[in-house]
Amino acid sequence: MIRAQNLSKRFGDKRVLEGLDLEVARGGFVIVTGPNGSGKTTLLRLCAGLAAPTDGELDVYVPRGRIGFLGHESLLYGELTALENLELYGRLYRLPERRERSGAMLERFGLWRVRNERAGTFSRGMLQRLALCRTFLHDPDLLLLDEPFDGLDAEGAELLHAELTERSATALVATHDPEALEPRATARLALA
Amino acid sequence: MSTSLRNRSAALAAAAAGLLVGGIALAFYYAPEDADQGFSQKIFYIHVPIALTAYACFGVGAWKALRLLWTRERRYDLESYTAIHMGVIFGLLTLVTGSIWAKVSWGHWWTWGERQLVLFLILFLFYSSYFMLRYSTDPGPRRERNSAVYALFGVVLIPVSFLAVRIAGTILHPTIFTHEGADLPGSMLLAVTVCLAGMLALVATLYRVELAGKRIDARLRELRELLT
Amino acid sequence: MSDYAADVAALARKDLLLELRSRDTLPAMLLFVVSALTVFHFALPAGSSARAETGLLWIAIVFTALLGLTRAFAAEREHGALDGLVLAPSDRSAIWLGKTIGVTAFLVLAELVALPAFALFFHSLSWELVAAVALADVGIAAIGTVLAAMAAASRARELLLPLMFLPLVIPVVIGGVGASVAVNPGSFLAFLALYDAVFVILCWASFEYVVTE
Repeated sequence: MIRAQNLSKRFGDKRVLEGLDLEVARGGFVIVTGPNGSGKTTLLRLCAGLAAPTDGELDVYVPRGRIGFLGHESLLYGELTALENLELYGRLYRLPERRERSGAMLERFGLWRVRNERAGTFSRGMLQRLALCRTFLHDPDLLLLDEPFDGLDAEGAELLHAELTERSATALVATHDPEALEPRATARLALA
Repeated sequence: MSTSLRNRSAALAAAAAGLLVGGIALAFYYAPEDADQGFSQKIFYIHVPIALTAYACFGVGAWKALRLLWTRERRYDLESYTAIHMGVIFGLLTLVTGSIWAKVSWGHWWTWGERQLVLFLILFLFYSSYFMLRYSTDPGPRRERNSAVYALFGVVLIPVSFLAVRIAGTILHPTIFTHEGADLPGSMLLAVTVCLAGMLALVATLYRVELAGKRIDARLRELRELLT
Repeated sequence: MSDYAADVAALARKDLLLELRSRDTLPAMLLFVVSALTVFHFALPAGSSARAETGLLWIAIVFTALLGLTRAFAAEREHGALDGLVLAPSDRSAIWLGKTIGVTAFLVLAELVALPAFALFFHSLSWELVAAVALADVGIAAIGTVLAAMAAASRARELLLPLMFLPLVIPVVIGGVGASVAVNPGSFLAFLALYDAVFVILCWASFEYVVTE
């Protein structure tokens, strides 16, 4: 599903990724580890098509609309409510029954009672939950998750675990806490 | 720079020198003195070729920008940048020579009635912001693309501004001084053509040298990064 | 409604809704344009011509637009929402079109106050002037949106936008002032329409490159 050969990314003169080879098969679940600044976020942004490689080849065999991307930032609008945010993305992803789907997703991540509150008023953990709702909303075939447990409380982490176990999508997950995802992992990629 | 490249640059430089000397000689000794403006009209043979050369540079810059967006080949970024760099230098020279001409002809360093000058002022401002855009965006694909799109805006702005400046003249003073469009005697046309060819050879030489310099610069930065 | 039109409508509606909630751009534009007109009254010597006054109106419009444009992608910057829009399967030009419609709407609303204020403070409006303002809005919003996206990707942002924007809108000012004061307003209006057409096409085709790598 993803094939990278000799992949490199530089920001100006700064090398972030250098000569990376990677192959992720359909249904694979790859945990990406590495210290800060080792290029985990960059790798995910490259795979999502948000950044272009400086050198090397990168093929992602999934259409743009079938990718679920969770970034450092929530990619949401602070002045829209939780429900409005999801409905907007539902519209852009051409989902049928957007309202029901968004509602169900909010319910699953324990946000139903705050559905009509603005995302800007959410705490860090609630915002992360909403960002996860946005990521999973269109049932993506490829998940690109950057520190998905960031800011989540025990309950939130539990919910995310359940979600990931349930889904069969191919996944590339960058995390500082690989043990938590170990049972689901098919491969591990350590960046230096 | 390889030897063959250096030889070609040297040949271009020689051609530029020969053509420019020849063109200026033609302008002074062969072309007749202008009936209205007399000797001062000789600056026409420098001013107009410089202006046309600046247009050519902006055009090449936009073409390279288009190639960048089409092919994603990164080398076009430096080529587009270099061409526009040259264009801005020649644009500035156009303003300077035009200003001198205006001073000699009408006694003012600046006249809003002179369309070519006003147009070049707009373009100079526009392309100066191109540098601001480049300097304030981090190097990488995003900067390459934004610069390229901006360069394309420029090549569209040229005819649009030309038209705008032309109709602007009709708001207040319907008759405008014109230098172009008049029937040039063959000898004047020959002189100005040779000067133009010389200017184009000159800018091609400068372009090659500057591009080589910029490439070496980029290469050096990469090597330095590899060593650390 | 096609998917494209629905995307554009959803994005434009989102911008209007955000403004309705936060109310930080439009009131600023309204206040600015009226303040600018007031300043101009004192900047013009008594007995200035109607032409000079009209020229100043155009300056006020351009700078008011600039004020709105510096905020154009503010909501997207807050939580990185532009990445979210770029990732969505819709055509990226829909992002541009939606935003341009929003910007145009704010500009028109600001002018709904500015033009009557101008008529009150200075002199009455001609239909040519109103038509020219309407035509200018389209070009200003179209170009401004692309430039604002470019500026958002730079370090200088608010500083860079006016530098890129003003040289590009000089033709708009020429066309607008000409349409308002010249004896042959038709050719100036036609010029503005041409400007709009050329730059709308260019912006529509190039926006994708500005928001992707």
